[in-house]
Amino acid sequence: MTRQASLARQVRKVLIGDHAVAEAVKLARVNVVSAYPITPQTLIVERISEMIERGELKADFIRVESEFAALATVYGAAVGGARAFTATSSHGLFYMYEMLWWAAASRVPIVMAVVTRVLGPPWNIHNEHTDLLAIRDSGWIIGMAQNVQEVFDMTLTAFKISEDERVLLPVAIGLDGFILSHTAEPLDIPSQEDVDSWLPPRNPKIPYTIEPGGEPITMGNLPRDDAYHALLKKYMDESMENAKRVIAEVYTEYGKLTGRNYGPLTECYRCSDAKYIAVSMGAWSGDILYAVERLRDEGYPVGLLRLRYIRPFPEEDITAWVSGMRGVIVFDRDYSAGLGGILASEIGGLVPSNVSFEGVLAGLGGVDVSPDEFRGIIKDFIDKVEREGPIRVRKYWYIPKIER
Amino acid sequence: MVTLSELHKYGTRKFIMPGTAACPGCPLLIGMRHLAMALDGKFAMVIPAGCSSVIPGTAPYTAYSVPVLHVPFASSPAVASGLVRAIRQRGNEGPVVVWAGDGATADIGFATLSGAAYRNEDILYIMADNEAYMNTGIQASGTTPWKAWTTTSPRGKTEDRKDVALIMLMHKVPYVATASIAYPMDFIDKVRRAMQVRGFRFIHLHAPCPPGWKMDDSYTIRAARLAVETGAWILWEYNQGKLTISPPSIPYKDKSRRKPLEEYLKIQGRFAHLKPEDIKLLEQKIDEQWEFILRLAELFK
Repeated sequence: MTRQASLARQVRKVLIGDHAVAEAVKLARVNVVSAYPITPQTLIVERISEMIERGELKADFIRVESEFAALATVYGAAVGGARAFTATSSHGLFYMYEMLWWAAASRVPIVMAVVTRVLGPPWNIHNEHTDLLAIRDSGWIIGMAQNVQEVFDMTLTAFKISEDERVLLPVAIGLDGFILSHTAEPLDIPSQEDVDSWLPPRNPKIPYTIEPGGEPITMGNLPRDDAYHALLKKYMDESMENAKRVIAEVYTEYGKLTGRNYGPLTECYRCSDAKYIAVSMGAWSGDILYAVERLRDEGYPVGLLRLRYIRPFPEEDITAWVSGMRGVIVFDRDYSAGLGGILASEIGGLVPSNVSFEGVLAGLGGVDVSPDEFRGIIKDFIDKVEREGPIRVRKYWYIPKIER
Repeated sequence: MVTLSELHKYGTRKFIMPGTAACPGCPLLIGMRHLAMALDGKFAMVIPAGCSSVIPGTAPYTAYSVPVLHVPFASSPAVASGLVRAIRQRGNEGPVVVWAGDGATADIGFATLSGAAYRNEDILYIMADNEAYMNTGIQASGTTPWKAWTTTSPRGKTEDRKDVALIMLMHKVPYVATASIAYPMDFIDKVRRAMQVRGFRFIHLHAPCPPGWKMDDSYTIRAARLAVETGAWILWEYNQGKLTISPPSIPYKDKSRRKPLEEYLKIQGRFAHLKPEDIKLLEQKIDEQWEFILRLAELFK
């Protein structure tokens, strides 16, 4: 993120990530919220309920019996023309799975916060990115924030992106469980008037509304020709491509309003003169950047490529940054069983064969990885490439010794 | 009360376009048409997976003449909750109807149903009950009667059926009723009375399915009527604290006036394997159900 002069007057607050999400939902004047409690998401909907009870947000809060119902409810609300929001984590997200696909392919705007968390068994409430990444094929736009300010900004911009006629796809915003969700950080928040001038109320006619007395539209019945389905997926693909442009435009406008400029899809720190890049997403990117800075001090020509959006996949950005590098090291806080790190798998295909590559599986189960450990892992990778020539390691399991 | 002359007015109105994908003798078209008559064609429908998602035919065409949202199997009460909240916020007071089968209602969607009912969402929920998963090829559901043949109960179902209407009653919603496609005046009146009330309204519509029940295509209405005349299906209505036996069922409070149960069972191939003692037990279950409903009628006077 870079800063420019802000047009809007902003208020500096200290908020935890979950409350920053709630603040963005309030400023977006969301009409319908439905969610089910799950740690570490719960603080989002608790705060939103309070806002509604106090009359700060005029919205229906629908207390449902499951996450499946939560997403089904906000989906219904979106089809009924409302600006709708839900939030979940881990098992809750997986309980929504069928509805995730239905909502996305119905092409209605919805925003969802996903506070990332490990999937059991064993039970574990700590941070991991596997849950968020498991929805990557469903048609949701997926962002992942690095800090509380970005959590707020990503949530607020998500409404604008999702409702854009060129996009019309739901947006999921990821924030690291506890590390962002429960950690207080200072952030700047624009005023309601400024947000209103930038984000008008949702137009219920876009893309369509199902309502009594309305146009006799049918959404979702069987197609006569199965090729219809393929065509609809192609349209979805085109919208994902459009989303890359729309995300850039939205952040440009938002940058003028708030003075905060983002990537938009990726951000590369100290990359212009780098020979090696580390790739990551989410909160630990801050720790990795710290490691990169230390390595720079030691003379290592390394940068950090941080993915802000995973869908649409920032293929062009990644291709541009990895070509000409001597090595790429990807950090995954997730695991696709039988394959490896999910980001490593997706990025690996874009790394030319003459560029060294390593996929690191770390931080699984919520294990903390310190800046110094990142420094060691990156340093070892670079040293090895410099010593032995091109290497290709798809999976490097970084697991600390278990104390008994 | 709806009059015959009013029904005649609807005689030529095509609420559902001809040429649907429904089987011959399908009770769902009959019931949905009655629903549309009751609401004068002005409503929106949420339809979960089931026969009614296939019946309207294939996009870009549809046989349904009202706005329809097709949704995943278990989701319809939740989707309708969100939908109705959104349109009410925008000032639309029109009816949002969930039209669902027994599988979506009694089984897979039971949690979302219970949630929407307990929140008293402003929805009219019609459970069109053909007593099995007919769209997937006749598998036993929570409302399939005891001993009925289905493809997953080849020797007859071993469990009793769930009484979804009574379970809804215990959710303390303002309106719950049973209805039958053989009694359109009763069903239409119930839909209209339900529309006088705000909140969650549930109608359990009995809908005999010829292929699923292994009977002749022409027997749909006959089977539905015999279910009432033998006492096997009791028409009742709970409206804001008062439970009454509906007019078509009133004669059958008196057991001696009920037709022999065999008349209802013998036209259905799914009961062909029943032994005399099974029929006796079924009769006993019917008696118990009557006693229970009559007691409830006493309780909710």
